[in-house]
Amino acid sequence: MTVPEQDAAVSAPQVVSSFLEQRKEQIAQRWADTPLFRSVFTVSRDEAVEACKAVVEALSEVAVSGRLEDVGSPGFAPVRDQLGRMTQTRARTGSTASQIADEVAGLRVPVVDLLREEFTDPTAPPAQEAVLALTMLLGTLRLVVMETALDANAELIERQRQQLLEVATPVIKLWEGTVAVPLIGTLDSARSQVVMESLLEAIVDQRARYAILDITGVPTVDSLVAQHLMKTVAAARLMGAECIVSGIRPAIAQTIVQLGIDLGSVLTRSSLSDALAYALGKQGIEVSRAHANESIR
Amino acid sequence: MQPSGQVSATSLPIGSDADLAWVRQHVRQCAAGLGFGLVQQTKLVTAASELARNTLVHGGGGRVEITPLDNGRSRGLRMSFIDEGPGIRDLELAMTDGYTSGGGLGLGLSGAKRLVHEFSVDTEPGRGTTVTAVAWVAQVPASRPGV
Repeated sequence: MTVPEQDAAVSAPQVVSSFLEQRKEQIAQRWADTPLFRSVFTVSRDEAVEACKAVVEALSEVAVSGRLEDVGSPGFAPVRDQLGRMTQTRARTGSTASQIADEVAGLRVPVVDLLREEFTDPTAPPAQEAVLALTMLLGTLRLVVMETALDANAELIERQRQQLLEVATPVIKLWEGTVAVPLIGTLDSARSQVVMESLLEAIVDQRARYAILDITGVPTVDSLVAQHLMKTVAAARLMGAECIVSGIRPAIAQTIVQLGIDLGSVLTRSSLSDALAYALGKQGIEVSRAHANESIR
Repeated sequence: MQPSGQVSATSLPIGSDADLAWVRQHVRQCAAGLGFGLVQQTKLVTAASELARNTLVHGGGGRVEITPLDNGRSRGLRMSFIDEGPGIRDLELAMTDGYTSGGGLGLGLSGAKRLVHEFSVDTEPGRGTTVTAVAWVAQVPASRPGV
């Protein structure tokens, strides 16, 4: 193809679009060997070429619309998923965002070289304009890739947050009639709601008479956390279980006192084992060393 | 010498529960870096948690400025919680143990005051509130003659 240089009516984006459309195969062949595609499509080169073609088609589509610098251009829609998967693959193998951005930037040189070859005089204004338009287009592609990477990250973070809510609040059966919740991390309103619900459910399911809330893993006990604890204790009491708060570290104990929180209504023990001993004792269970007599002998 | 250069003045936004967690972590790191003991760290972090939550709940969000201090004899940490919310109409009432306008235990302001060494509230109805809390690293009991 030779671009009619004298035809001023054809705008640079249109020149780029028809160039991309007609040279799709060659561009795809060249791109398939760039680090970005080669490292993602390791199994088959044909797959890489197919993926490259899809990207070229999308770029051509965007060029036709004339919205070269619009990240939200509908032309990108068909390849967003694919780009997202590619960035995820690269990220999983340890590439940083800027490395991926560099790899996307690496797509520019091969395709710009091809575009230059289309012109009899690559220094003439129409050629320059076309190259500029193509460069802008590839810059936008880079932004789209970064955007998909960020979207994927935000989604991942949200999912992990949800998982954390559930994972961090297991209710453990310590003994017949005794359950415990080891609380870990920040006890905000959402977390404490989950804790309360799972504890109350466990009290019913296990027919527990004693419930232990262990706060060894809670770094800060402020008035809101204390209030959540007291509410949980009160709710457990209504269900017929006695609640023991254990794992209050010395620094936390001093802070609670100075803060003015009155935990007088709450039964507390310094460690989980003390709390368990209390619960067992109340149920008339005695734990003693086996074969005590023999060990003396 | 202790690494005093590691702690620098910072300003953190307070706009969500996640920001509160970040403020707590940052205060804990600063306090540890300045040489606060574990108990004092816990007190500072707890005070920061209370005051930052006040900024969020009552002030509608704002920011905290955390500044390391050094008066020559001891090192300390100043935390200023700044919001442009409705302000506190009756400061004396707000500082009373058990008084709450937000459904909490009513220990936020008064409790935080007990956890630090210096405490001041600058507020004006309609103009916002700035709560400043300062704590100093507990000095080793000084030998009798000197100081």
